Amino acid sequence: MHRFRFVLYRPLQLLPVLFGISVITFVLIHAIPGDPVRTILGPKATVEAITRVRAQFGLDKPVVVQYGLFLKNLVRGDLGRSVVYKVGVVELVAERFVATAFLLGYGVVLALALTVPLAVTAALFRGRILDHLIRVFSTAGLGFPAFWLGIMLMILFSIRLGLFPVSGYGEGFLGHLHTLFLPAFSIGLALSAVLTRNLRASLLAELDSDYVSAARAKGLSPRWIFVRHVFRNSLIPTINLLGVNLGWLIGGTVVIETVFSVPGLGSLIVKSIFARDYMVVQAITLTFACATVLVNFAVDVVTVALDPRIKL
Amino acid sequence: MTATHPTGQRASHRAIAALPRRLGLGGQPMALYLGIAMVAFWVLLAIFAGAVAPYEPNAQDLKSFLQPPSLAHPFGTDNFGRDVFSRVIFGTRIDLVMGIMGVLWPFILGTTLGSIAGYFGGIVDIVLMRILDITLAFPFLVLMIAIISVLGAGLSSFYIAITLVGWVSYARLVRSQVLVLKSSEFILAARNLGYGHRRIMFRHMLPNALVPSIVFSMSDVVLVILAGSSISYLGLGVQPPTAEWGVMISEGQNFMTTAWWITAFPGFAIVFVAFGFSLLADGLGEKLGVRE
Repeated sequence: MHRFRFVLYRPLQLLPVLFGISVITFVLIHAIPGDPVRTILGPKATVEAITRVRAQFGLDKPVVVQYGLFLKNLVRGDLGRSVVYKVGVVELVAERFVATAFLLGYGVVLALALTVPLAVTAALFRGRILDHLIRVFSTAGLGFPAFWLGIMLMILFSIRLGLFPVSGYGEGFLGHLHTLFLPAFSIGLALSAVLTRNLRASLLAELDSDYVSAARAKGLSPRWIFVRHVFRNSLIPTINLLGVNLGWLIGGTVVIETVFSVPGLGSLIVKSIFARDYMVVQAITLTFACATVLVNFAVDVVTVALDPRIKL
Repeated sequence: MTATHPTGQRASHRAIAALPRRLGLGGQPMALYLGIAMVAFWVLLAIFAGAVAPYEPNAQDLKSFLQPPSLAHPFGTDNFGRDVFSRVIFGTRIDLVMGIMGVLWPFILGTTLGSIAGYFGGIVDIVLMRILDITLAFPFLVLMIAIISVLGAGLSSFYIAITLVGWVSYARLVRSQVLVLKSSEFILAARNLGYGHRRIMFRHMLPNALVPSIVFSMSDVVLVILAGSSISYLGLGVQPPTAEWGVMISEGQNFMTTAWWITAFPGFAIVFVAFGFSLLADGLGEKLGVRE
């Protein structure tokens, strides 16, 4: 199992990146103009109250000490309190995380449900009219603003046809599936444009390779070759691309959650910026960055599991 | 990163090369010409917006508000009676400039840092690459939003944010090119002739190293326009009443039950601008033999 040895040491390589993430987030929040204490206490705060709160948050200490404190609290799972919601930021983020994760997962599933048939069709009908139509879809799909697509789908399917709720998250698993269909589809469509291109190209590359000719010469049925060998091998670059695109996908989710008022991290970060609830902005930025790093690690593991030739 | 399979390159090349012949275009890259035509259309529209648009973008006519598309107002009117058609046309100026400037600054910063890292190597390279890794760990839009929340909403904050986030793509592209070129014969020859670092860099390396970056920058315009209009939609970028497409979509959402046209048309504009640049990027990449 030495192929999987990287699962043990890769997390150590990730530590500097996680450290860098924490530094950037810390610097960003400290670069905000204006006094955070005044923001918390309001304009009528007395000088004593301000001094007291400054000391309480360690804001009277040098920046490096403040970063140390921030890191210490971070390790203990304390990221401060939300000014608006009056609860611990970690609690708030944990509560909202589920909706975002659900929406992201749903979006990826819908994207794959579109990608696989489209890419397979394009590859099988290479150079024919269907292939060209799918190519137009994957080129145009790249430029579809997800938030606009979301509103258009909302106008058509929610307002005109009344098939889906206009906003929210729904009750229970089926409720989530129903309510989040349009937001997930809006995210998934743009993603499927990227993935279709990639999967089609790798399907064609595999179809042209020598082992396929060999399998054909051996008399294996084309269907068996395609399903068993070509498709499986082509999936690896596509899964990699999915990992690479996760950051981009999260960005889409932030906007889409705002469009559909989904109670997730994305809509929360936007609201918190306008409410100057910086502790929440900081925590969500950290969460998204760490999630990206971890998912990319998971993608590496899956890649190695799928293809015995790959060593990391 | 996934390495491009050599046979894959040839296969897709053949598929694309077959397209124009099919359409009787004598082996010329059709995507490129179509892309150039579409981009030229939008650039001309931006330049001559004042002459083409029937109304001023912010001219209000409270007697005819929320009017559906008609001959007088091809794209209808919004809640202030402003002509959506004229606003979409004037929006071209804002969004195209946003897309081009939003690519230019990251291009300059990324190319500078990437070529320094690749050319000199050593500790400079290591430090820059670690910063690059960390920047890449953040979701693109989330980091931009976080930076804008520090700087305050507005177009200049958007440019700063996209420069700080977007440089990584260009730095990586240029660095990898410079690394290859560094050991190529004509650069060794230039060095043996005693040319200085600056001359080798600007006269000999960069003209060759920039090709993939230029191709990428065309498709990057699409991403930047999408990011810019998204951020303006969220209220963090261009501010109303400026006729920017994302702002218009956001304003239109309030009236989506009755007046779909306010939201629909600015979105179509984004889709078609993006399509033009995507085709241009594809065609250019094909012509110059660059694959992303």
